[in-house]
Amino acid sequence: MAVKSVIEAVREAIREEMVRDPKVFVMGEDVGIRGGVFMATQGMIEEFGAERIIDTPLAEASIMGIALGAAFRGLRPIPEVQFSDFVWPSINQLIGEAARVCYGTNGVLQVPMVIRIPYGGGIRGGLFHSQNVETHFFHTPGLKVVAPSTPYDAKGLLKSAIRDNNPVVFLEHKKTYRLVRGEVPDQDYTLPIGKADVKRIGSKITVVSYGLTLHYCLEAAEELSAEGVDVEVVDLRTLTPLDTETVLESVKKTGKLAIVHEDNITGGVGAEIAALVADQAFEYLDGPITRICGPDVPTMPFAQTLEDAYMPTADKIAAGLRKLAAY
Amino acid sequence: MPKKRTARPQANGASATAARSKPQLPKGLKAADLVDYYTRMVQARSLDERIWALNRQGKVPIAASSQGHEAAQLGSLLAAEKDGNCFLFPYYRDLALKVAAGLTPVQVMMSFMGKAGDPYSNGRQFPLQGADLPHKIIQISNVVAAGLTQAVGYALACRMSGDDTVVLVYFGDGATSQGETHEAMNFAAVQKLPVIFICENNRYAISTPQSSQMVLEEVASRAAAYGFPGFTVDGMDMIHCYEATREAITHARSQGPVLLEMMVERFMSHTTDDDDRRYRPEGEVERARERDPVITLGQTLLEIGILTQKKVDAIATEALRLTDEATDIADASSPPAESTLHDSVYGP
Repeated sequence: MAVKSVIEAVREAIREEMVRDPKVFVMGEDVGIRGGVFMATQGMIEEFGAERIIDTPLAEASIMGIALGAAFRGLRPIPEVQFSDFVWPSINQLIGEAARVCYGTNGVLQVPMVIRIPYGGGIRGGLFHSQNVETHFFHTPGLKVVAPSTPYDAKGLLKSAIRDNNPVVFLEHKKTYRLVRGEVPDQDYTLPIGKADVKRIGSKITVVSYGLTLHYCLEAAEELSAEGVDVEVVDLRTLTPLDTETVLESVKKTGKLAIVHEDNITGGVGAEIAALVADQAFEYLDGPITRICGPDVPTMPFAQTLEDAYMPTADKIAAGLRKLAAY
Repeated sequence: MPKKRTARPQANGASATAARSKPQLPKGLKAADLVDYYTRMVQARSLDERIWALNRQGKVPIAASSQGHEAAQLGSLLAAEKDGNCFLFPYYRDLALKVAAGLTPVQVMMSFMGKAGDPYSNGRQFPLQGADLPHKIIQISNVVAAGLTQAVGYALACRMSGDDTVVLVYFGDGATSQGETHEAMNFAAVQKLPVIFICENNRYAISTPQSSQMVLEEVASRAAAYGFPGFTVDGMDMIHCYEATREAITHARSQGPVLLEMMVERFMSHTTDDDDRRYRPEGEVERARERDPVITLGQTLLEIGILTQKKVDAIATEALRLTDEATDIADASSPPAESTLHDSVYGP
């Protein structure tokens, strides 16, 4: 196994699936000659041609609508939204239309489409290059939502997403692209959508997270371990369908739950998990369900001080866990 | 690129049929085709009228009538059917198109009453909305212009898959104000995709007249901005719409997109929930009805001599009988079971 970055894993998954299935194609802004602004499709226009790696006009609504229409014809489009912040012009086609197609045609039409969205902050992106957009998709039945944190998960899950017959919003945290590296098998493999992964086994506190903050949770868990508090870290990997079984099983074991995400705290994924655990594991809890999440401001600001103040860092997570451990 | 051509309905209200000197059988059509399409048009009108009445009886929750749009819808459908390799993305006012494309009157009534067996969505959506793949039709939503980019994507996928399907996408004048209309036309032009954009212009976006929607006289003139041809045609004349669409299909398949603006009249309110007396000038609808496309087509066929008055009467009687029968069958049939609520949120 070779050690690769998240962006390399993403690129490999797309390339391998395009070789495997001629129905798969990529469209988006600068995905062709430029190879994508993050180089996710580097070299692909040379390999697959401009017909399958389509440079589009800068118009997100039509990127999504055209991809959707192509999926109606049985192709497997991978529209790239250049930055999550630019998904809003396409939101009707994604939330309004794509999510409703299977239901609204009584299952006659399906949407085998993967919407790749680089998202998230901590990269001095300011209000329009840092957004966390996952909650809007998490709230929408008909979409699947995947948010991996490691190269291994990114590749295996992206391959599964491309082979899935439903619209899958595939969220790639920009800061993990080159920062996070890990072993990736050389042979073909897939990972199941809808299965969480326990990234660190522990007994005293369950921490649930996904994406970039998963790594901060692991750092915080090491800090607490040194202090004698054994923390279990659950990586959701998939937000929809949510692996409630793994979350509940862990909480029943540890009796304490903290949820960590970069997205705004109110109405976020954490709120839903808190409700789930309160509903189905209430009698196992011996401490308050704790959320360590982005504050309710519209995206992390540009200035370093303000961006730092926004981000759930390992230190902030560790502080929250210490408080919870005291119960 | 063909020169832009316009043929607007005459301002004095004279019928397009009258303007056609010596009507002849149009190119590519047999007499039987026109009798068949006249029969379908009469059936669609009969169902449309009944649906409106059933709404007032509380049996149909909502309907958007296509009365006044039938010639545009069936003329283009006829060209598509004759071509044999077209796919349609209609919009919410294309009742006659969807009916004439091949549904039975019973299926239509099932859909309007929200009964199990509704061919488009099994009672999930507004009537005749969803997909009717046996008749090569998709219409997902009520968001105007959302179907335009989807239709363009469908055409792109057809080309990538190596088939020469031409996609016909329908929309009202109101939808031309949406940004996605621009995006769809621009992308189709850049990629030279075989798409025919058919604007059924009845000059009203619900209550808002064309003059408040755009400064242009003709929607078709917008095609120039995308570098493809646009034509305004008399949408009250089915044969004219057939001929324009037939030419457009040939052009689209070989050279790329075409915009057809079909000038139509909306005889009814926007939907059964609307009252157009609030915003339409008195007498406007009555004047429009003098150019009723169903009557116009019947007269044309009488003039050409391929229909007799006796046959015209028999077609009307049979349409009414089928509408009556369909109403009764649909009324007596079951709605979808509550247990189906969670079905097909996701595909397999």
